[in-house]
Amino acid sequence: MQKLGLGQAVNQALREEMHRDPNVFIAGEGVGVGIHDNPVFPTFGLLEAFGPERVKDTPVSEAAIAGLAVGAAEAGLRPVIEIMFNPFFTLASDMIVNHAAKLRYLSGGKSSFPLVVRIKSGAGFGAGCQHSHNLEAWAAHCPGLKVVMPATSADAKGLLKSAIRDDNPVIFIEHMGLYFAEMPVPEDDYLIPLGKAEIKRPGKDLTVVTWSGMLGVAMKAAEKLSQENIETEIVDLRTLTPLDKDTILASVKKTGRLIVLHEATRTGGFGGEIAAVVMEQGFKYLKAPLRRVTGPDIPVPASPPLEKFFIPDEDNLIQAAREIL
Amino acid sequence: MEVSEKKKKEMLWTMILSRKFSDSLVVLCKTEGKIPGMMILSTGQEAVGSGVCAALEFDDVIITNHRSHHHLLAKGADPEKIMAEIYCKQTGCNKGKSGTLHLAVPEINAPCTSTVVGGSLPIAVGRAFAQQYRKETAVTVCFFGDGAADEGSFHEALNLASLWQLPVVFVCENNVYAGAQRYDAHTRVKDVAERAKSYGMPGVIVDGNHAPAVYAATLKARQRALDGGGPTLMECKTYRLRGHGESDPQHYQPKDEIKAWQGKNPISRLGKELVESGVITAAELQEMESKAKDIVAEAVRFAEESPFPEARDALEDLYA
Repeated sequence: MQKLGLGQAVNQALREEMHRDPNVFIAGEGVGVGIHDNPVFPTFGLLEAFGPERVKDTPVSEAAIAGLAVGAAEAGLRPVIEIMFNPFFTLASDMIVNHAAKLRYLSGGKSSFPLVVRIKSGAGFGAGCQHSHNLEAWAAHCPGLKVVMPATSADAKGLLKSAIRDDNPVIFIEHMGLYFAEMPVPEDDYLIPLGKAEIKRPGKDLTVVTWSGMLGVAMKAAEKLSQENIETEIVDLRTLTPLDKDTILASVKKTGRLIVLHEATRTGGFGGEIAAVVMEQGFKYLKAPLRRVTGPDIPVPASPPLEKFFIPDEDNLIQAAREIL
Repeated sequence: MEVSEKKKKEMLWTMILSRKFSDSLVVLCKTEGKIPGMMILSTGQEAVGSGVCAALEFDDVIITNHRSHHHLLAKGADPEKIMAEIYCKQTGCNKGKSGTLHLAVPEINAPCTSTVVGGSLPIAVGRAFAQQYRKETAVTVCFFGDGAADEGSFHEALNLASLWQLPVVFVCENNVYAGAQRYDAHTRVKDVAERAKSYGMPGVIVDGNHAPAVYAATLKARQRALDGGGPTLMECKTYRLRGHGESDPQHYQPKDEIKAWQGKNPISRLGKELVESGVITAAELQEMESKAKDIVAEAVRFAEESPFPEARDALEDLYA
């Protein structure tokens, strides 16, 4: 099986969907001719393959890029736009939050907005907090949007293809750290449904619910805990909204213990939503209080030791596990 | 250019209909138990909606703003469905989801209203992009007020539309007030149209109280867009005769200013012109007035007799 970084898997999904459907086009800052001219990046080579009519380099105008997607989607095209870094979502957010998410509802179901907003995200690059800020909980708080955060290259390909074919606005957040990790990806045309979590590692003693870049941390911690005969079940959400509550609750029922792990900051983070779902619908299964392992409530700092402190690691997760086992 | 008698009559008719529509809402929105929410009217600005839409074909798209009623009626929206939506009824064009402010009428190519000031501009860029992408013979018109020209979205949208030569006509309805702020209290440049130069597109100043002038300017801008010449910024100089909304006491608008603009009423102006030039008779004008009154009365009756949506319907229509 081919091995690809997550960005290359995204690239493959984009190519396949653009070949399949002439209504798909991509737009964003440097999606054609970019400052990151590197084959591991998601839009590498697309301009050469599909031409400037379908690969639109835009000015540095996030509101216009997002509005372009909203208007074009209403007309029946399937835009895939890129927000270069997650913090720039704020500049595009009026078009996404007030328009993409609400206009179908406001039309009484007459219109639909089949668009994808790809956002590059994640700490770990020393880029500092105006380039690294995980804002998935903001998007997940907006009814009308779907929020997808793949943790593997194979998932990224299948999920992005589903997102492009979905008739709703989808926020597709890519952790850039995963661009540099080669993982197996099936070569065929396959879809992974939105709204379905996956058990990435089965276990009986403890459930860890996580997504995106933190899956790797969870897997490493689970390996270490396994050496002490503690078997961790890892639920990779893949999609935050719609949330696959069934898979989370079934796992908690099985293990009786829950840790939610995310890189984003703690207060108001999506981990709180999962905790609330489990308290409301799975309290009786819990043998111990649940835990959240998250980034601390600070902006992502630039200095390497500070940034390392920010990003949750396997030691943080193992410590939390010990507290509830 | 010479505007045909047929077009002039068409514009007069849609203006009369719009005015009767808003006149009835002035009363209804203050009548207990009739219309929920706020009420924002376009009284006095009818020539802009009517003049622009008279220059458009059915396939052309309009993206409108919070002051939308005259745009939508001129584009051909069904007064009953619009009125029922204003009443937030199940039979409204959006099943009560939008109310008076966010009317969406995709069946006449008026797919959405943005009430976020400046929100209509980037969406119009996207809609026009789709027309260019599919090589359609159609344009997108974007309506916005003078206040929206102070939003960042205005600048991003004009820049991108011009860069890609998109078939869009930006129609700024300068009604002198953005909320309670007079134009010269929020903008240093004398005319919004002046800003077009910054984006490499023509900026045109139009008498926004004269429908044939608006029509002629739109026709030209539309043709330019269809010919691949890109966008135009049209500034229609008009006046907001009523407050921002119907609860606005207008204490900041000088009374003699309002009075002076009432004298420039676009409807009586074109009506008089058509009667004096013999295009229509005074009796025909009277007939148009009473026909519009009947249509609005029927729309109100339809809205009032329609049921509200079921409470649980709130959960519908979010996802496709």
